[in-house]
Amino acid sequence: MSEDRSTLARTPLHALHLELGAKMVPFAGYHMPVQFAAGILAEHHHTRRAAGLFDVSHMGQAVIAGADRAAAVEALVPGDILALAPERMRYTQLTDARGGILDDLMIGNAGDHLFLVVNAACKAADIAHLKAGTAGRAEVTELTDRALLALQGPAAEAVLSRLAPEAADMVFMSFRPLSIIGIPCLVSRSGYTGEDGYEISVPAGRAEALARRLLAEPEVAPAGLGARDSLRLEAGLCLYGSDIDTGTTPVEAALTWSISRRRRTEGGFPGAAVVQRQLAEGPARLRVGLRPVDKAPARAHTPITDAEGRPIGEVTSGGFGPTVNGPVAMGYVEAAHAHTGTAVMLVVRGAPRPAHVVDLPFVPHRYRKG
Amino acid sequence: MSNTYFTTEHEWIDVDGDIGTVGITDHAQHALGDVVFVELPALGKRVAKATEAAVVESVKAASEVFSPVSGDIVAVNDAIVEQPGLVNEAAETTAWFFKLRLADPAELTGLMDRAAYDEFVKGLE
Repeated sequence: MSEDRSTLARTPLHALHLELGAKMVPFAGYHMPVQFAAGILAEHHHTRRAAGLFDVSHMGQAVIAGADRAAAVEALVPGDILALAPERMRYTQLTDARGGILDDLMIGNAGDHLFLVVNAACKAADIAHLKAGTAGRAEVTELTDRALLALQGPAAEAVLSRLAPEAADMVFMSFRPLSIIGIPCLVSRSGYTGEDGYEISVPAGRAEALARRLLAEPEVAPAGLGARDSLRLEAGLCLYGSDIDTGTTPVEAALTWSISRRRRTEGGFPGAAVVQRQLAEGPARLRVGLRPVDKAPARAHTPITDAEGRPIGEVTSGGFGPTVNGPVAMGYVEAAHAHTGTAVMLVVRGAPRPAHVVDLPFVPHRYRKG
Repeated sequence: MSNTYFTTEHEWIDVDGDIGTVGITDHAQHALGDVVFVELPALGKRVAKATEAAVVESVKAASEVFSPVSGDIVAVNDAIVEQPGLVNEAAETTAWFFKLRLADPAELTGLMDRAAYDEFVKGLE
């Protein structure tokens, strides 16, 4: 590892991870658990069967205040923030002038302010970009004194509503303050696994107490970044820096569902002209799901060719899907090859192997839509 | 006297006459985590010492398995292709990868014995 462990940041749950026997790795400047004693496969399956508890405190949290906050943020993202109702949350992206994605993020409407969750590796740049982009119209403040826990899986509702009964009334992408065992938390019914679940923003000093309380519930087991990655891959969710970056637009990334009709028409976000042209004409390439025919996983940067061996794209995320019980991947292909069922070849270790373009997700989402 | 030798790449080879049985060490399987895919060489293939002969993949990553010595592949363990998790359970016994006919037994002299390998692993921690 090139990163010196002593320079790595620690989340408020660092000591608990060590106590639980986590295998720790450097990730986005933090010393994070990639797996616990059970291992990635067991943690993945447990999350799909019951509930996994993930420490995602390395992610950035921020609030944006000011009367003009929604309009100010809309100047930086293609998401519809003006139409975001109180106690609702929405997925969107920070775009650049070419329509490239600087980061993807969640924005919640907390009534008199907006609450944001951004990726760990991007957070310093995001906060600076948000401050510069909304200067004079809104006030951006990073929340550095909060942890973020993700409780994910079909048992998440039963567990959390045992500690905070109102949690059961929340629906997917709702967002509200909630007192959990007396700790003032900000809770959204969302996640990054394709399962039902919650993300819980908690004061740093109370995070370990809350995590221990959740882990004491019989359905809950700790899960690390390894399971988080295999779960989100099966759910067809993008990983920033792999599946999306400044070289991909929301249209190419098949994220057009996150742009409302008004915003498609009006534009008014960085790169709107590029996005609008791609929406009208269709993008030259698209993010698709890929299912290898045989058992060999195709990992990021695996070349994709058509049946005749002509290069048509590249895998951006791929590996073994524990629930699928086989290899799964996502990548970009030329638009002509993006139709479901198209036969392609994945060149793994120099050898072309057959695969098909498939619909995402690989494992059906099980969100509580209300 | 033991006929098992170890490499710095965490493979073992157990030699019986001119046939060597090759696998990865328990330390290697533990470092990899859950093994989900194994690719073995074709029967009859000639492999050269310290070159890629097989592939083992965990959820997180793919790793090459290097042949400790040169030789011709005479058997492969289909059981670990069908059930890759066996590698986590029995890396140094039943979850062997392949057997080869040694081209030059003198190549064994550069390899470690069990005690030397254990010291080597201790130095990595």
